[in-house]
Parts: sequence; structure tokens; C-alpha cells
Amino acid sequence: MRNSLIIIKKQLKDTLKNKTVLIQFILFPVMTLIMENAIKIDGMPELFFTKLFSIMYVGMAPLTSVASIISEEKEKNTLRVLTMANVKPWQYLMGIGFYVWFICMIGAGVMATGLKKEEVPFYLLIMAVGFSISILAGACIGIFSRNQMTATSIVMPVMMVFAFSPMLAMFNESIEKVARFIYTQQLKRIMDDVTFAGIKADGICILVVNATLMIILFFIAFRKKGLE
Amino acid sequence: MIRCNDVYKSFSGKTVLAGIGFEISDGEIFGLLGPSGAGKTTLIKILTGQLAFDKGSVVVLDKEVSSLSGEDKKSIGIMMDQFGVYERLSCIDNLKVFADIYGVPHGRIKSTLEQVGLGDAGAKSASTLSKGMRVRLSLARVFMHSPKLIFLDEPTSGLDPQTMRQIHKIILEKKKEGCTIFLTTHNMEEAYKLCDRVALLNEGAIVENGSPEEICRKYNHQKTIKLHLSSGEDILIPHENGSAETISRLLSDGCIETIHSSEPTLETVFLELTGRKLEEDE
Repeated sequence: MRNSLIIIKKQLKDTLKNKTVLIQFILFPVMTLIMENAIKIDGMPELFFTKLFSIMYVGMAPLTSVASIISEEKEKNTLRVLTMANVKPWQYLMGIGFYVWFICMIGAGVMATGLKKEEVPFYLLIMAVGFSISILAGACIGIFSRNQMTATSIVMPVMMVFAFSPMLAMFNESIEKVARFIYTQQLKRIMDDVTFAGIKADGICILVVNATLMIILFFIAFRKKGLE
Repeated sequence: MIRCNDVYKSFSGKTVLAGIGFEISDGEIFGLLGPSGAGKTTLIKILTGQLAFDKGSVVVLDKEVSSLSGEDKKSIGIMMDQFGVYERLSCIDNLKVFADIYGVPHGRIKSTLEQVGLGDAGAKSASTLSKGMRVRLSLARVFMHSPKLIFLDEPTSGLDPQTMRQIHKIILEKKKEGCTIFLTTHNMEEAYKLCDRVALLNEGAIVENGSPEEICRKYNHQKTIKLHLSSGEDILIPHENGSAETISRLLSDGCIETIHSSEPTLETVFLELTGRKLEEDE
């Protein structure tokens, strides 16, 4: 646990100087604040940008940042140095995972400023679940990739599917039929109501299946590749 | 400190290490010499428990390497061929990460940086450091927790002669402090200067080992003395009784500028044993 905290502390210092990761964390919260305040169109659903960008944030930021951090540490050999200093792989992954989750939750907190007070805890809960699944997906990619370039080439299509399918599903029924099996689309459906009433049994099932699948993939990746 | 006995390692059916065996005593600098691809890094990974081996036994710090505990590993410092520094963090922040992991007080960071000649560069981001400074930062990370056993994988590879000398000085200081050092290199001058004993590794097998002087003497087949005369001419005199008279005569005539022994270097011994040069792949 102590080593995980050291990793979190290190990562906090590093992120302030890592523009690529920093942009991932602040892009959608900042865009949400700007769009919600700058664009008002008659007939536009309430908090349209908050809900849309929140789901894109879930599908993009944790996925890309976790994959990027792990693959960069592999490429630069710092991960090996950490493991040689007796930092266990699970301590490292826990540190990185919790750190990304925590930063994303701060971002979600910023995005929640337009919501009613009573909606905020539910919104944050939904976001927390989404971030956790995305972090597992990002960790799988990071573990599988030897370097940042490989990670980016895998992350891009995966991110497009997770982050953009809920938006595209709004315009195309066929896409919606496929997208409903993706956790981000189910989170979008729940987000539309921002209450427990918005949760449907099939939605929960799909979320659980997605989460289980990510956990299985993560363990397969970890068992097969470790952190080498 | 290290006992390696009949170690074998293969990757996808290709034998990388074949029957490696040697012992390293406390406080010794042991050099593993070999060209690129000889198996040096693989052996370091095995000795540090990063890689499992197929056959043989490896004892480090009086324990089987596979049974080294977290505490045991704190007595080991490892610098691999890549620097492994956090580019965006300052030198001090880089060391703080490892000071926290090893439980070393932050107060020691400054003195460690001074020890490796980076006293003024503490606040500098690692990405702005020269290659030599990065090596020194890596060495600072290795030395910070005062390990008893240090592994250095080609610590001076690609460095300019001045920086190389500085690194050598640091390594020799660590030896004086009682550290046991295992270093790999393909630089025979470095090995000759630093190491108490060396092993010559070729295609996964140790072809010779001993002190550098012993090895060079053992392969001194020519037994000649080279004289550089004031006329600019070089002559080779056989190493035998009658030669003393010739040298004495040339000396008294003031014809001799310099006298050199002509025993082989580690490089020529390696060439003789393997038909390869140590740095042929570089």
C-alpha cells in the first residue's frame, strides 16, 4: 500500500509536467463549462453538453491516460527500475489506477457543477463506475503494449468506440443497436435521467458483463505479459 | 557474495548462456567482458532475479536468488543499460521516489547527488541532462540506499573519456566503502582499470577468467620487450638473458626513448580465444 501511495505521489508530480496526459484530464471538464455557458439553443435537452461530454470523458480520459502512463514507463525502463526496487506489479497498477480514477473524479466534479445538488452524488457514482471500467481497459492496453506508439495505435480505435458510439447512437438507430452493448452507451442512458429511476435491469446486466469482461481481460493480459 | 554454478539459459530453443560459473567475494569489483549479444545483460537479469534460468544454481547474498526477500533486495543496487529516469521530474524528485521506496531519509538525497557530481543539478529536469549526467543520476539512485552489492550494466557505454573517468572514480570510491560491484563492459581498458577479476564471455560461455594481469600474463606468448628508439624506429627484443646486455648498451648510448612490455591486452586475449573483437558490434 505504501508503494502505491509513492506511485500516486510520483504520478501527481509527473502529470503537472506531462501535457499529453494533462490535456486528457482537463479537456472535457473545461469544454463542458464553456459549452454549457456559451451555447443555448431552443429545444436543446437540459445539460446536453454535460451529459454528452461526461460519457466521452469516461470513454477517453482514463483509457488513454492509463495506457499511456504504463506504456511510457515500459518504454523508458522506469517500470523495470521500480520492480527492481521491489515495487510489486499490483502495487504499481493499483497506484496508477487509483491516481487516474481520482483525477478523473475531480474532473467529473467540475463537470457536475451544472447539476442540481441532489443529482451530484448519483452522477459521481455513475462516473466512478465508468472510470473504473475504462481504467481496466486502459491497463490491459498498457500491459499488452511494449511502447507508447503501440499503445496509441491500440487505444485510438478502442477509444473511438467507447467515447463516440453513444454520441453517434443518438443520430443512427443501427449504431444504437450495437452501441447498447457497450458500457458507455448504458451509462449515457442512465445519465439521461440522473436518477435511480433511469436504471433498467438490462442496462445493469450490460454494465456488469462489460466490467466482468474487462476484469477477465485484465487478468489474462497480466498473467500473459506481467509488467515486462 | 555471488556464487554462480553451471547456469544455462535458452530463449526459444537458442542457448544464450551455457554452463556459466564463477564466484565473487565481498568487496570485489568483478567485470564481465563480452561483445554485444554475448549474454551479459541476460546474466545480470538472472543474478538480480529478474529472469529465471533453466539449469544450475545462483546464490546471491548467501541465498538462492529465487528466495531473496524484499529486505534482501534492499541490499542490492542495479543500474541497467537504459537509464530508467523520470524525464519530466527533477533529479531531486527522481531520487525522492526511490528514497521513499527504500525508506531512505530525504536528507540523504543532496549528499548522494554531490557524491556523483550532480550537487548543482538537483533542481534540473532529467530531460535536460546530458548522457553522462543521466548516468550519474542513475548511479545516485543505485547508491542512495547504500547497497552492499551493486550491478552496473555497461555504465560508461557511449560516454566521452572525461565523463568515463569521473564514473570510474565514483565506482572506485564505492569499492573503498566496501561495496561488491558486478559490472559488465565491452571496454577492456575500463575492465583493466577497475576490476579485481574479470570473466570473458563469448556466445554465452565464459572462455577465461581471473585477474586482468593474470590473464594478460597467461597469454603472453611473444615474451618480447618493445623499444622505441630516438631515431623513431621500434624494435622488439626477446625476453631472454642476452637481451639485458643489448638494452643496457642502447640505454648507455642514449638511443632509447621509451621501453614497453609487450604482453597482450584483454582485447587481444579475447581475440585470440574467440576470433572476435570485444567491440566489433559497436
